[in-house]
Amino acid sequence: MTLMKSFLGAAATLALTAGAAMADPAIIYDLGGKFDKSFNEAAYNGAERWAAETGGTYRDVELSSDAQREQALRRFAESGYNPIVMAGFSFATALEAVAADFPDTKFAIIDMVVDAPNVQSVVYSEHEGSYLVGVAAAYAAKGDTVSFIGGMDIPLISKFACGYAQGFKSVKPEGTVIVNMTGTTPAAWNDPVKGGELTRAQKSQGSEVVFAAAGGTGLGVLQTAADEDMLAIGVDSNQNYLQPGKVLTSMVKRVDNAVFEAFSQGTDLEPGFNVMGLANGGVSAAMDEFNAPLITEEMKMALAETEAKIISGEIVVHDYMSDSACPAY
Amino acid sequence: MDYLTVLQILDSTVRLATPLLLTCLAGLFSERAGIVDIGLEGKLLVAAFMSGAVAYVTGSIWLGLLAGVAASLVFSMIHGLASITFQGDQLISGVALNFLAAGLTVVIGQSWFALGGRTPPLSGNGRFGEWTLPFSDAWSKIPVFGPTYSELISGHTALTYIALIAVPLSWWVLYRTRFGLRLRAVGENPSAVDTAGISVVRLRYMALIIAGVLCGLAGTYLASLAAGFVKDMSAGRGYIALAALIFAKWRPWYALSATLIFGFLEAVGNRYQSISIGDFVIPVQFMQALPYILTVVILAGFIGKAIPPRAGGTPYVKER
Repeated sequence: MTLMKSFLGAAATLALTAGAAMADPAIIYDLGGKFDKSFNEAAYNGAERWAAETGGTYRDVELSSDAQREQALRRFAESGYNPIVMAGFSFATALEAVAADFPDTKFAIIDMVVDAPNVQSVVYSEHEGSYLVGVAAAYAAKGDTVSFIGGMDIPLISKFACGYAQGFKSVKPEGTVIVNMTGTTPAAWNDPVKGGELTRAQKSQGSEVVFAAAGGTGLGVLQTAADEDMLAIGVDSNQNYLQPGKVLTSMVKRVDNAVFEAFSQGTDLEPGFNVMGLANGGVSAAMDEFNAPLITEEMKMALAETEAKIISGEIVVHDYMSDSACPAY
Repeated sequence: MDYLTVLQILDSTVRLATPLLLTCLAGLFSERAGIVDIGLEGKLLVAAFMSGAVAYVTGSIWLGLLAGVAASLVFSMIHGLASITFQGDQLISGVALNFLAAGLTVVIGQSWFALGGRTPPLSGNGRFGEWTLPFSDAWSKIPVFGPTYSELISGHTALTYIALIAVPLSWWVLYRTRFGLRLRAVGENPSAVDTAGISVVRLRYMALIIAGVLCGLAGTYLASLAAGFVKDMSAGRGYIALAALIFAKWRPWYALSATLIFGFLEAVGNRYQSISIGDFVIPVQFMQALPYILTVVILAGFIGKAIPPRAGGTPYVKER
């Protein structure tokens, strides 16, 4: 019995030290899961790209409930993984607790700010990317009305709407941007039927291009826009392929780049803010073979010019979240 | 506001009211038989998922419809088993079904399609086409009537017309057939029905089967309209249908008007984010909350009185 005990103890110690010796990076996906064709899959792609380019190995885990957040984070930290990347703002509370307990481990959290000496907070300049697709919408629309459909009515989504409206009005100052929010509860993220109805209502008010920043609701928007012969703009991942020829472009958040960078820096991951904007490829307007016929030369040049001006600071896009107000509507 | 705008809002009203109407009628049959059915939401969701999944795989929304109805029936029967056969609490069984549907659809969807719980988008015959009624083109030139006919009455999917036909049919079944009389009696006074030598259990199961079929139609409608399933896509419509049922005082024709009112409120809310009357601005949140406010007002007895079937919510026990 005692022999058995010491044997098991030795095995356990060995397992623990083996984990600690690696210092491989690790990533935790949010509840949407690794293959959600959106946010989490982008994070996964970034990790895979790092593994392919450096030949390194990493660990990842998919969660099945909210309760597992801190558990998974703590287990990775205890096993010596470093750095640990979290995809999603929901990890904030868990990270605040765990980061203090593991001062030597580096953490990176995407889409949220956690103020700790060993945490890098990756936030995106969604307003800049939205400005860019707003310019594209202005060139694609023959008339002077375009529209926006947000998911839940929260400041982050107004940030998308405000950037979009500013971009559109920079080309057509007298134009109209119809802004609709799907709802005020989390159910607003997954109501494609309502998204479709909002799209039809906007079309009947003259809208020609609709930008959807609404999660699952956005799929209904893209579908209805295609049915009703409008153009749509996707969000987060490149959604151009969902309705080929009917999606003008997608406002892409390069979550993969954030993960790739964090993994590449390894244990030297710099704490503090990491703002991913147009300048460092954090956000962009997606161009591929599915939307190529929709992009005119004129539009392409305008987009390149706008992008250059935003990067150089000549155009400053107002961030809705800075003062909860928007000059463009 | 011109005539065309009014028509567009009414058109949207019909589209939004269709799933509510079918679900509301489902609740009507079940509650009239004395089974409180809070699981409407869950049935909508499984039906939407199964119809979306099968319609994608087979490429036919009609096969999807069959699958959706079957899935909804399975849930209905679980509800029946728990609350009729085993005489459990109907509310608890319904809530459990809602949770089961929310979880099961995503888990199965993920393992089948690996798209984070949604189904691939449906296209072509995977969705219901819009039915253009005869003469809609020829008559569209006639002022007032023409556009009303071609925009509002024509051009909906098959399920919308089925839902509209289901209203008089439900009325006829409930009030003009022997089955309907017994069904209503079993919701009011099951022991009297039992004394007359008619099986209470059998009648209540029949009611749940009808409810299951109607919920299956409603769920398939959602999947077809949105061209696929997205997790939690029923978005509380089962609960709004329950509110509409109370609003309708458990009567088929009232159910039609109640769901049309609720659909209209949503359509107006979609069209106008905020409505200003003079200096006073009605925010969109108020419009979104209005169906629930109206239901509470009705329940409180300010406008008429909503009296539920007397035996609703209590399992029937033959001998105590």
